[in-house]
Amino acid sequence: MTNTVSPSGEARIVLSARDLGKDFAGFTAVNNVNLDVRHAQIHALIGPNGAGKTTVFNLLTKFHQPTRGKITLLGNDITQMKPDRVARMGLVRSFQISAVFPHLTVLENVRVALQRPNNLATQFWLPLKALDRLNGRAEALIDDLGLTRYRDSRAADLSYGRKRVLEIATTLALEPEVLLLDEPMAGMGHEDVHMVAGIIRDVAQSRAVLMVEHNLSVVADICHQVTVLQRGEIIAQGDYATVSQDARVRTAYMGTEG
Amino acid sequence: MAHAHSNPEATAGTDAPAPHPQAARIRIAIVLALLMLALIAPLGVYPIFLMKLLCFALFAAAFNLLLGYTGLLSFGHAAFFGGSAYFTAHAAKVWGFTPELAILTGVIGAAGLGLVIGLIALRRQGIYFTMITLALAQMFYFFCLQAGFTHGEDGIQSVPRGHLFGLIDLSHTLTMYYFVLAVFLIGILVIWRFVNSPFGMILKSIRENENRAISLGYSVTRYKLGAFVMSAALAGLAGGMKALVFQFATLTDVTWQMSGEVVLMTLLGGIGTLLGPVFGAGLIVTLQNYLATSNFPVTIITGLVFMVCVLLFRRGLVGEFYASRLGRRLGFNPEN
Repeated sequence: MTNTVSPSGEARIVLSARDLGKDFAGFTAVNNVNLDVRHAQIHALIGPNGAGKTTVFNLLTKFHQPTRGKITLLGNDITQMKPDRVARMGLVRSFQISAVFPHLTVLENVRVALQRPNNLATQFWLPLKALDRLNGRAEALIDDLGLTRYRDSRAADLSYGRKRVLEIATTLALEPEVLLLDEPMAGMGHEDVHMVAGIIRDVAQSRAVLMVEHNLSVVADICHQVTVLQRGEIIAQGDYATVSQDARVRTAYMGTEG
Repeated sequence: MAHAHSNPEATAGTDAPAPHPQAARIRIAIVLALLMLALIAPLGVYPIFLMKLLCFALFAAAFNLLLGYTGLLSFGHAAFFGGSAYFTAHAAKVWGFTPELAILTGVIGAAGLGLVIGLIALRRQGIYFTMITLALAQMFYFFCLQAGFTHGEDGIQSVPRGHLFGLIDLSHTLTMYYFVLAVFLIGILVIWRFVNSPFGMILKSIRENENRAISLGYSVTRYKLGAFVMSAALAGLAGGMKALVFQFATLTDVTWQMSGEVVLMTLLGGIGTLLGPVFGAGLIVTLQNYLATSNFPVTIITGLVFMVCVLLFRRGLVGEFYASRLGRRLGFNPEN
């Protein structure tokens, strides 16, 4: 591992949640979540199924409105903002179920992300050719992530692993400050896991990454911070070594694996 | 069209047949042939009927911009079609506008109506969106029934066609036909450009995965509203033209049945294809025309045709042709 874990307090906090909570019709899905995501760090959110990891993601990206608490992105209070606004401010997420535009080609998928920042999204009078000037940047991202061969394939025809990679490429096109990845390696073969882990590590050199992940060896390998959720509440937080020694975590989540 | 449904298996397979080497040329030839047909059609067919067909074809194509390319089912498009007919008729008859300015009045009116209805309806999704468009269009219908300038049940009658740009007399039926054909073609070109534009690309991405589009920072409601207003304006173009063709603006054009008819035409022809709604409208208008003189109720026939189509050709007539082996060989894209 080339990235050493910076001591907390050194890297600036880019995304933070304070006393975050969400109730669904009387059921408390998430409660009292305090979270600090720092620049150039990979922060893992782990926990058993139903612990509320995806709900936390939906709250942070404003796809759900929190019942309690406050969310700050790059110093701005985003608690009341709409999800597209939050995305424009630099907090971009992926989804648990791969989120590509299936009938668009790989190139078009990446270009859709580039259109808005380049002011090429609202022109209904221009031909599609006008988008060709985004090709250079899109192709660079496609090359970086090893999708060069699939540039003109429809996203629907890609393998599962490559769809996830395409999703990351699309997300990176926005040059986000904070990247939220919901189970980026779920359902992937060993080879793909290795590749995607490498990509995430590269990506995190210049931005913060918060990811939900079940693969603990990946978490141990690339994550600087780990937050463990259980029944909607945080039961442990710290680097992997600390968290994996925590008695509550061992019994609640890791079982024999820890 | 003979091959439209000859080979349903070909549509199921994922292996697309290799495109014909001359595919692009053949496609251009088909379009040119259709164009030639439209140019010489009034020699053999009653021009008023052809003009009616073109008006409805443009109306359906405008509706398809929303249903096929944006994924929104509006059940209130009669408000834009019939509303524009009233605005155009009023501008031409009472204000003495030249035909192009009268139609422009109708288009602007329809776009404004579209903006209001769209802003309200787009606050909800799915069936709720559809129901709100229906409710608002019904409110507009009752407005038209009561308002003074529409003359209630009588409608606005004997609307002058006037002189195009103050020069060309449109009272000659053939002149009027070529004017309507030109406007129709411009309308279709506008839709084609709109769909194949940077904006159209965003619409497509919203249709494919709305949450992903949001997470990429797109305020999807605004894009949908843009498409809604554009669709309303083009439906208005069709309605305004119809008012000048028949020199008449009536309540029929703002009823909910009219909103239903345009859904029927679009589904029949094939949603999400440029030519589908044109053929769908052609079929329905032709049926209505030929059955109008018989004692048999037209609605039963169109209903049956619709049922058969939905059961057998779910992509619509043109959609099935595009998806067929021949269509794919010619490079038509059934998903576009």
